[in-house]
Parts: sequence; structure tokens; C-alpha cells
Amino acid sequence: MALDKSIRDKYRVVIGLEVHAQLLTESKFFCSDATVFGASPNTHISPISLGHPGTLPMLNKKAVDYAIKMGLACECSITEENIFARKNYFYPDLPKGYQVTQDKAPICLGGQVWIQAKGESEEKAIALNRIHMEEDAGKSIHTEDATDTLVDYNRAGVPLIEIVTEPDLRSADEAYSFLTEIRKLVRYLEICDGNMEEGSLRCDANVSVMLKDAKEYGSKVEVKNMNSIRNVHRAIEHEAERLIQLVESGEKVISETRDFDAATGTTSSLRTKEELNDYRYFPEPDLSPLIVNQSWVEEVKAQMPALPRELKRKFMEIYKLPEYDAQVLTDNKDFAMYFDAVCQETKNYKAASNWMMGTVKSYLNDKNINCREFPVSPKQLAGLIHLVEDNKVSNTVANQQIFVKMLEIKDADAESIAIEANLIQESSSENIQPIIDEVLSEMADKVKDYKSGRKGLIGLFVGEVMKRSKGKADPKKTNELLKQTLK
Amino acid sequence: MESYHSLKQLQHQLKQEKYTLKSVVEHYLKQINEQKHLNVFLDVYETEALIKAENLQEKLEAGKPLGKLFGLVIGIKDVLVQKGREVRSASRILEGFESQFSGTAVQRLLDEDAIIIGAQNCDEFAMGSSNENSAYGPTLNATDNSRVPGGSSGASAVAVQAGLCMASLGTDTGGSVRQPAAFCGVVGIKPTYSRVSRYGLIAFASSFDCIGVFSTVIEDNALILEVIAGHDDYDSTVSTEEVPLYAESLQVNKKMKVAYIKETLENEALQTEIKEATVSKLEWLKGQGHQVEEVRFPHLDYVLPTYYILTTAEASTNLSRFDGVRYGYRAPEAYNMESMYKLSRTNGFGEEVKRRIMLGTFVLSASYFDAYYTKAQKVRRIIRDETRNMLSKYDFIVMPTTPSTAFPLGGKRDNPAEMYLEDIFTVQANVSGIPAISIPNGTDAQNLPIGLQIMTDVFKESELYAFADYLMKA
Repeated sequence: MALDKSIRDKYRVVIGLEVHAQLLTESKFFCSDATVFGASPNTHISPISLGHPGTLPMLNKKAVDYAIKMGLACECSITEENIFARKNYFYPDLPKGYQVTQDKAPICLGGQVWIQAKGESEEKAIALNRIHMEEDAGKSIHTEDATDTLVDYNRAGVPLIEIVTEPDLRSADEAYSFLTEIRKLVRYLEICDGNMEEGSLRCDANVSVMLKDAKEYGSKVEVKNMNSIRNVHRAIEHEAERLIQLVESGEKVISETRDFDAATGTTSSLRTKEELNDYRYFPEPDLSPLIVNQSWVEEVKAQMPALPRELKRKFMEIYKLPEYDAQVLTDNKDFAMYFDAVCQETKNYKAASNWMMGTVKSYLNDKNINCREFPVSPKQLAGLIHLVEDNKVSNTVANQQIFVKMLEIKDADAESIAIEANLIQESSSENIQPIIDEVLSEMADKVKDYKSGRKGLIGLFVGEVMKRSKGKADPKKTNELLKQTLK
Repeated sequence: MESYHSLKQLQHQLKQEKYTLKSVVEHYLKQINEQKHLNVFLDVYETEALIKAENLQEKLEAGKPLGKLFGLVIGIKDVLVQKGREVRSASRILEGFESQFSGTAVQRLLDEDAIIIGAQNCDEFAMGSSNENSAYGPTLNATDNSRVPGGSSGASAVAVQAGLCMASLGTDTGGSVRQPAAFCGVVGIKPTYSRVSRYGLIAFASSFDCIGVFSTVIEDNALILEVIAGHDDYDSTVSTEEVPLYAESLQVNKKMKVAYIKETLENEALQTEIKEATVSKLEWLKGQGHQVEEVRFPHLDYVLPTYYILTTAEASTNLSRFDGVRYGYRAPEAYNMESMYKLSRTNGFGEEVKRRIMLGTFVLSASYFDAYYTKAQKVRRIIRDETRNMLSKYDFIVMPTTPSTAFPLGGKRDNPAEMYLEDIFTVQANVSGIPAISIPNGTDAQNLPIGLQIMTDVFKESELYAFADYLMKA
């Protein structure tokens, strides 16, 4: 149902996102059950997480630390007096019949996340409304044939943060970029694994459309169940077009919750606003107000890692790298940190960047491993870069021979490998000149041709010299000497 | 065993080998058996109690150090969970449920060598003032079996009144320890809110619920409270304030400043004999040289509405977990998810509980939240501030515990609003979070016990016990 561009351009698409991130704490938000993904059903439960009568919540402060980290990374203001609230509704995977969450006093208020959508040259700040903490529910497992539904409570009580944006996003591309940025942030902060397929990062999208000159937002629709960033993009694209078509045909948009179907790329109605629950929020009387004083915030601040945006700026300003390089290098924290470590050992930043984006990255991708598992240390890699830089080996030799050996031999030094394998290239004219002389005298015909204008033949001479030096002659130097000799 | 006087005396007698602990337990088991018509115990842990008595006897004979509550035979209200034991909250909805852990107060009793003799009947989920709202039938007042024992911890009071155990743990959300204590002529304390961990107490209204103690003498009461009170890692709302040795400071060494609230004594519902008994105690205090003064508390009329709005709000969500999904009663005729919820809760809960869940759901609903819940929170603050302010000028406030003595069974069952008035003098302490105690203060013309309530400022249980002891010995 591709929409005509001229029609589509009349409308502004307004998107707000609600992103849930499951926090990587060792235990649950309010009890000591372990938080493990993929464990056998109902093996990480206790009277507290099952809501047995007489149980009370005890706060896991680590979860609060993590929420503060995210707040600081998003430039939010951190709330001093935190009140927990109960959100009441009945569902079998919700053990207590209410979810402990935050309503009027969330841990983080305001803040922003910087994005740069596809094809945009400028960064754009997406304002956040809030970030609050809450506990997760269990998981209902609807079996295909049986009439029963099974419930796994392992996830019940796992801490989450919910990041709520203002309606600041204007396209599926921006939403895509925002989510990518959030995922990158939680991974940098190591507070969530950011895995949308497994549900540790979840996103609901509020979408509405309005004529570009309209003063008020259109009625919004909430889209759920998109289990990848790409699907969020697809769902918003679809929903925006559907809404524009509705408005174009004069129909009224109903405020409703819609379900995204990844197989068809379409959405369908789950429930309308009239059917919505009244959650009866009120302050949770089983938890005292949580006071997050300045010293707590400072303590968390002290543990903050460098963030992708800061690193990108550093790589561009201090290492003078092109934006593209800086972007690719900072996509992954470990990769960025590795690169930064290499740059402490060599000043040839661009060469280091090329190595990282080329050889190292393709090795990691091939092996499907993280930079932490990469067997070559930053110092070793820097040694290899120096070797090339000093013209001791060619790039090709460094890549195809020395690097490969370094992967095999632990802690091996690039230069020792090169010497041992007799790979140090010859760059002194004393050693190369005799070979040149030999080659030229044997190829007198070609020399004649060269001198009469076939300058392309220089490649042939270089190749021959290289061959006779068993690859050790520095090609640049060889080229230089050849040109001189042939003058 | 001869008649029981106090735990300290009993411990002395046991050490002197006047009788064995087993014979003490047997005595109480016999009493329980003989007075089954009172319907006090839902479970009696006969075998376990006897075994524990033998083990403790051996401990005594081996000269090993004994716990503070050695020799104590105590009953537990059926809202306090014990590991491996059934707990019902006197409700059908918890049918067949067995707790996997013991609550903090219960565990502390056991750790100090108390013997738990059984679980006691009560109003369902501690909601009621007569013990008639129990899925297991009403408990009878031992003084007059045609009358109620009060509630919701009615059976816990009767157990002490009728000599079925030495003491009981009850819970007090709006008067549920003090009112039955008054109706049964025993001592009952509601400590400061947060003084005792609520871990293991099946919640009615979290910001009001307190575990309290019934006994015949103050000293026992004080000893038990000092054992169960104090910080707990499983309740984040419990106070870290140090727990004094209450039982060791039961002396009144100075002249006290005592206030009585004009509006309580002039309340038109107040039974004449109760008023007279209260006034005579106040006169006696004056005679002893204490300063006794009248104070005004014009907000008395707002105490009950505030209490009912806030407690039903909290209860409506505290009781959401009873849904038939994970434990307890599930309606067998349920045919889908929605009917499972509706039928299980409709059939599992009693009338009063459902009434309060509906009230609470209403006051929390989006359209009425501010008009009811938010306003009630503000009024709660005003009441608390006024009460605390009074207690900054006076050591104690003295008043009747209840407007009337024990009423006949079924007498108020059809009129919930009248039943709610039973709490008119007791809820102030819960709304304000302060400690209060009810002590026996004579009887009325029909020989029914009258209770006298003493309130004091937060964490002043030591002073409260001492003053109550002084008044009881008057």
C-alpha cells in the first residue's frame, strides 16, 4: 500500500517510544532470586517473587545504580525522593496482582538522547520524558493444542527501566536510530544486554499523524510486539501510512493498542482505549521512599565508562579521524576501548583505524567473537603497525603473514615474528640496487620500450625485483630506485 | 500445673522442678480440648508442642542456656505464617495453602524457646470487629458465650481470657488487638507502627498493620514484645530504632502529665458504665498527684472515614494476589481465565472482605482517587500531627478502648457501618502510628469486661508498659 509521496509529504508523523530494558543485576529487584535467561521454567522463584502471603519487597540497590547510570548517560535529572507505586491489574503472570513501578516520582526526569538518522548530516536531540524503574512480570506460555496456559515466573520480579521519550521522533528512520543509540548506551553502561530478540530490550511505539500546518497532534495508536529494531522501523512505516490513509479517506483514528505481525509487516487491533485498564496507581506502602542523595549519584558517576558520543568526538578531535571511522569504531564499546588502547601505543591513528576496521573487524566477524576475546593485545597490534610504518614490512606481508602468526602465538611480538620468518623488507639502496641492475640488464628490451614512453612497464620491473628479493624489497623504495636508474 | 501468674514465675518453678514443661503444655492442651465450643483454635500443634516441651526440658536439665521465652505457651493469629504449616487468614480462599517460611515475629518467638500451641481463629483477613467474619465460624466470648469476643483478633484474646495459652500474637490495623482485649478483660498492645517486622504477616493494610501481643499480665507482654520487635532484613519499612528491655523498666518514678480527650468521654455512643470506669481511673490518677487535663480533639469524627478509605484502598490491592492461579482456592467450575478470577474470588472471599475490596477499588479508581485517597492521606497527616502534638505536651492520653462492652453475637452483623463504629477510639493510634495499650478496667452491670486505653508517643513502649502496669495495680 505504497502511498503517493505528494500525499505523504502533507503529513507529519509523530512518534514517541517506550523502551523497556531488563537490567543485568545478578538478583531480582525485590528478592534474592537469580536472574538468568533461558533457565528451566520456575527454577528461579521464591515465596517473594511468587507473591506468597506475608512476603514483602526488599530493594536491590544495584538496580537503582543502573537506573542512575542510564539517567546520567541521558543527561536526566536524578530524583532525590523516589516513591514506588503499585500498578494494579490482574493477569496470571503477575503474581501479586500489581506491578511495583514508579508513577509520580520516577528516578530520572527529562534528559535527551542524541541521534543521527540515516541520511541526515546533523545530530538531533530526542527529549526524554522520564526513566523509571519497575519489576518485570512472568511469562505466559500458550501451548498450541491444550486449553491450559502455562506460566513461567523466572522473569517475575526482574528489574527493568522504562525509558519514555517525548513525542519528538518524526520518522521510522529516527526511531530506528534512537533505538540503536539506546541499545548502544545500555551496552556501553553494561546495564542491559540489549537483546531485542530475547526480549531484554523491548519497545512500544506511539504513532500519530497530523497535517503539517495542524496545531494539535492526531489521535495516537500504540504499537506493540516488535522484537527487533528493524521491526520497529517496519511497524512505524506501516502504521504511519495506515493512519495517513485513514485521515485521507476522512475516517476517524481510534486510540487503540495494535499488535505488529512480523510475518506480514502489518498491525491489527488488540484493544481500544475504552477497554483499557484503570491501573489504580497509588504509593506502594511496603517500600519506604528511596532517598538518592548527591553522594550516591556521585558514586555512580565515578563508575561511568566513556560513552559512545564522547569517544566519537575524541576520536575525531584528538585522533583526527574522519567521522565515518569514528562512528564505526564506537559502535561497540569493547571495540572502541581496544582501539583507544592501540592509540596509546602508536601515534599513527589512521593506520590503527584502518587495521581495526579492516583486518581486526573481519577476523572478529569471521570468528563471531567479541573484542574481549581477541587474542592479539593492543600493544601487539601497535607493534605491527609500527613495523609497517617503519617500512620494515609491507602491508600485505603484515596482513597475510605476521597478523596470522600473531593470532596463533600468544604474546608474540610482530618484529620478532618478522625477523624469524625473514620477512623484514629490504629498504636500503645498497641491497636493492644490485638486484635492480641485474633485472634491468636482463630486460634490456623492456628498458628500451620504457624509455620510449611505455612508463607502465615500471610495474613489471618492480614485480621482478620483488620476486628476486623473495618479497623482501620495499616496493616503494624499489620504485623510487628504479625510476632513478631509468632516468 | 496450678494457676498461672507470670512467665518469670513459671520459669522459676520449672527450674525448681515443681513441674515439667511437658505437664504445662499438657495442661493447656487439656484446656483447649475442654473449651472447643469457644472455637478458638483452627489448628492445634499437639504433637509438635509436646515434642518441643520435652526437648526444652532436656535443655533445662542439661543446664544449657535457655531462651528468654522459655516455658511460654503461645497461640498465633491465623494471619501470621509459619513454615510448613497451613495458614488461612480465616478465609476460604487460602484453602490448603501451606507457608514455605516463617514470619520474623514467629521465628523470633521460636528462637527464644517459646512453644507455639496453635493457630487462632479471627475475622477473615483481619477485617472485622467481632470475629464473626470467619470462614471457620465465630469465636465466642468466654465470659458470656452469647457474646462476641471482639475482633479481628477475637480468638487470640479469648485464648488468653479462657486460659488456653499464656499469651497470643494478634494483629492490629484499627484496633484488632485492643478492642478484643477490652471485650475479654485481658491486656493487648499495639506497638508503634514499624516497631515489629511485618514479614510473615498476611497484609490487610500495609501502612497500618501492626503485630500486637495479648497477655494477662504486663510483664509477659513486655517480654514478648522486646523479643519480636526490632530491625529486620526482610521488611524495609521496619524501624532500626533500638529495642529497650521493656520488661525490666516497669516502674513509674515521676508524676505524669495525662490528657483525656473531651470528645471521647462525651461521645453519645459511650456506655455509661465505661464512662464512669474511665473517669474514676482519671480521678484516682489525680489523687496520686498526677496532672490530669482535658484536651480537645475536634477531628475525632474524621478518624474513622480516613481510616476506612486508606485501609480499604490498601486492602483492595494487597488481596489481589489471591486469584486462584498459584495457590489456595480455585473455583473448580471456572471455564476460562476471566471466570477463574471471578468465580475464585467471588466464592473464596467472604462478604466483608468483598465489601472492602470494592470500597478500596472505588477510592483508587482514576476518577475518584483525588477526592478520596489523596484527601484521606492529607487528613491522615493532620490527625497524626495533632495527635503527636498532643503527645509532645502530655505523657499519655487515656480513654475508653471501646464505646460499649461485648455485644451479642449477630447483633451488628447486618449493619456494617455500626460495626465500623466499634473502632472509633482505637483507630486514632493506627492513623497516627503511635503505640497504644488496652488494659482491663473493671466490669459493667452484666459483668462484662471494660477496657481502658492508654496511648503515648512513638517508640515509648517502655513508658507505656510501666504506666499501664501502674494503673493495673491501682
